[in-house]
Amino acid sequence: MSKTPVIALAGNPNSGKTTLFNSLTGARQHVGNYPGVTVEKKEGIYSADGVRIRIVDLPGTYSLTAYSLEEVVTRDFVVNEKPDLVIDIVDASNLERNLYLAVQFLELGAPLCIALNMVDVAEARGIEIDMDRLSRHLGVPVVPTVARTGRGKRALMETAVKAMAHKGQAPLRISYGDDLDGAISEMEKEILKNAFLTQTYPPRWIALKYLENDQQILSKGRAAHPEVSKHLEQQVRKVSDHLMATTGNAPEALIADQRYGYIYSILKQGVVVHKKARDRLYHSDRIDKVLTHRVVGPLVMVLVIFGLYHFTFTYSKTPIAWVEYLFAWIQDMVQAFMPEGMLKSLVISGVIDGVGGVLSFVPLLLMMFFGIAVLEDSGYLARIAFMLDRVFSLFGLHGSSVMAYIVSGGIAGGCAVPGVMATRTLRSPKERLATLLTAPFMNCGAKLPVFALLIAAFFKENESVFMFAITLVAWAGALLVAKLLRVTVIRGAPTPFVMELPPYRWPMLKGLLIHTWERTWQYIKKAGTVILAISILLWAMMSFPRLPEDRGTSPGFEKKAASTSEPLPFQEDPSPSGQALPEARRAQRALRHSIAGRIGVALEGISRLAGFDWRVNIALIGGFAAKEVVVSTLGTAYSLGETDVQDSTPLSEKLAESPGWRPLTALSLLIFTMFYAPCFITVISISREAGSWKWGAFSILFNTTFAFLLAAALFQIGSWLGY
Amino acid sequence: MRRILMRQMKDNQSGTIVNIKANGELGRRIRDMGLVPGTPIKIQGRAPLYDPVALKVLNFTLTLRNREADFIVVEVDE
Repeated sequence: MSKTPVIALAGNPNSGKTTLFNSLTGARQHVGNYPGVTVEKKEGIYSADGVRIRIVDLPGTYSLTAYSLEEVVTRDFVVNEKPDLVIDIVDASNLERNLYLAVQFLELGAPLCIALNMVDVAEARGIEIDMDRLSRHLGVPVVPTVARTGRGKRALMETAVKAMAHKGQAPLRISYGDDLDGAISEMEKEILKNAFLTQTYPPRWIALKYLENDQQILSKGRAAHPEVSKHLEQQVRKVSDHLMATTGNAPEALIADQRYGYIYSILKQGVVVHKKARDRLYHSDRIDKVLTHRVVGPLVMVLVIFGLYHFTFTYSKTPIAWVEYLFAWIQDMVQAFMPEGMLKSLVISGVIDGVGGVLSFVPLLLMMFFGIAVLEDSGYLARIAFMLDRVFSLFGLHGSSVMAYIVSGGIAGGCAVPGVMATRTLRSPKERLATLLTAPFMNCGAKLPVFALLIAAFFKENESVFMFAITLVAWAGALLVAKLLRVTVIRGAPTPFVMELPPYRWPMLKGLLIHTWERTWQYIKKAGTVILAISILLWAMMSFPRLPEDRGTSPGFEKKAASTSEPLPFQEDPSPSGQALPEARRAQRALRHSIAGRIGVALEGISRLAGFDWRVNIALIGGFAAKEVVVSTLGTAYSLGETDVQDSTPLSEKLAESPGWRPLTALSLLIFTMFYAPCFITVISISREAGSWKWGAFSILFNTTFAFLLAAALFQIGSWLGY
Repeated sequence: MRRILMRQMKDNQSGTIVNIKANGELGRRIRDMGLVPGTPIKIQGRAPLYDPVALKVLNFTLTLRNREADFIVVEVDE
């Protein structure tokens, strides 16, 4: 069996590349990551007329520099994997800029075919393109397409199959002006003579990359052939000094200018005719007059963001309830039919709670990804970034960071898991990392029961003021910590905000659905396994070692005891609390006796600084599973038996009259809960999105330290002031 | 004909790029988007907080922060 041929799809963002990919491959797609980086790798199979072709959707890029991961991934794929053909999707209504990428593929010697996409838009704009002429000048086939309707798809693939047959295209040679051409040909000779990286790259291309100061090629060259590399760098320095002195620009700049010059010279030779004035307003510009208007723009934005939020969190409630209901039912079944013992407890509290925890997020994620995909595909997300960038760039973030913050609970009640995953729309790596590390400070829906408990116990008169203040504190904390991170661990100049505002378009349902499902499935698949393991670990920490009297009893007695008592803090049971006091006390003692309990007791020495006793410590450890567990664990630790997370009145009354508690303690715990380690589902999402477990670990350690310092400072200063 | 920095351009003002004073990543990003000497541009507007700036280049709309627009020299009619 012969190898399935491979076609790579490349092109500018917003050129219709993904739409074409979806149209070619249908739903037969596979999403992974390029090795070692967080850039998505999408693959699918095209099959028609007896041909089967593997299609790889490369990231959307404007150029092929070494400055961004997307670009490095794209050119590495073309160079290393040697696809049989690269189809460059070129937006016909933006020919100049789109051909800039095509020219770079040609210089790299990649076998190329151009899909001239959105020819309908170009026609409507009065742009006439002579495709034969364009094809002759570039020396590659050019096929007109309209990806949204599927027009030209067949012709494109027929041409592609033909083009794959005759390989071995010579790299394009552009003239870069006298100064550069001289240097390039000298360097080329030296490169050829020493076979310097020539098994991988065309010699002239290597010379160009040296002149462009391309860090990836420079470091490869230095590693492979230090002497030759040194000599080449000397040559570059010579021509660079000369150019800086005469033109004030580095060779890199002149190379880019000349590439555009080359494109313009082709287009001028009768390839493009503009039949209408170029500077007239398009529909999109008219919409922007309203949607980015100084006053109307922000108002509409607030409505849109609020709408997305409402859509996501309101409409996902019912399906989430179904999932939870399903798992409650499974739990009941296990409860009824499984023999008593530790295994049963493991299945109920470790496995079912764990898997249920993972799956109960799914409706939320589906809605959120769908909503964000609509905003992204319609072009509105770029406008949000445009309008808010001024504020966010002050804190070292990007205008697009706002989505992650809002979804995480910037409007109280969100969830950090989809919030962290929403940072994918951010293409500036440092800003993205700072965003996803600080988004969990926002007040997600799981923190709210904790806040409600504390406010009800100590600040009942000022409830609404407190809820509002909590939101402000979370925003201030997130933004300031982002700034702190951007001047310390994620230091570095801001990524240039050179961003395209794509024309408004109606999103395509098929694209939205594929995108939404793909993201959600990735979460289920990858996060699911780890979350299950950690859920079991947390269960074990709060259950072992068991109380001596439980361990020493005969199986028969244990069965009787277990059936009447409530052995585990995680277990859901709507029975009224405070009713069965002896069992509740026993549960408290069992909890204190467990690993988590011992850690809680051991930490009391330090945690006293923030006003927390061992009970609070255990509750906070439990909160690592999910923040609302703080409430139920606190209930167990105060011997109240099972505490309903939604209605914690008995617990708040108990706290209010406990001698160890005063308003300052509650305030301290409130601040700590807001800022300490995210729940582990979020931590796993952070690790996945940041591409390293290091950042997941960082978020646990850093956030907890930060939260503790804040809480302790608050408690100490407050105590000193006599509160 | 007058040469000014892009930051100083008013809304709806047109001009032609004469020079990009940035090198390195910023210079490259600006040029990669087609902002090279000789390209006509038109300021489309500014964000509600006056930064970034949106401009029409060729057939599309591009945004830049003001501090990035400071590197772009434009020739305007007047």
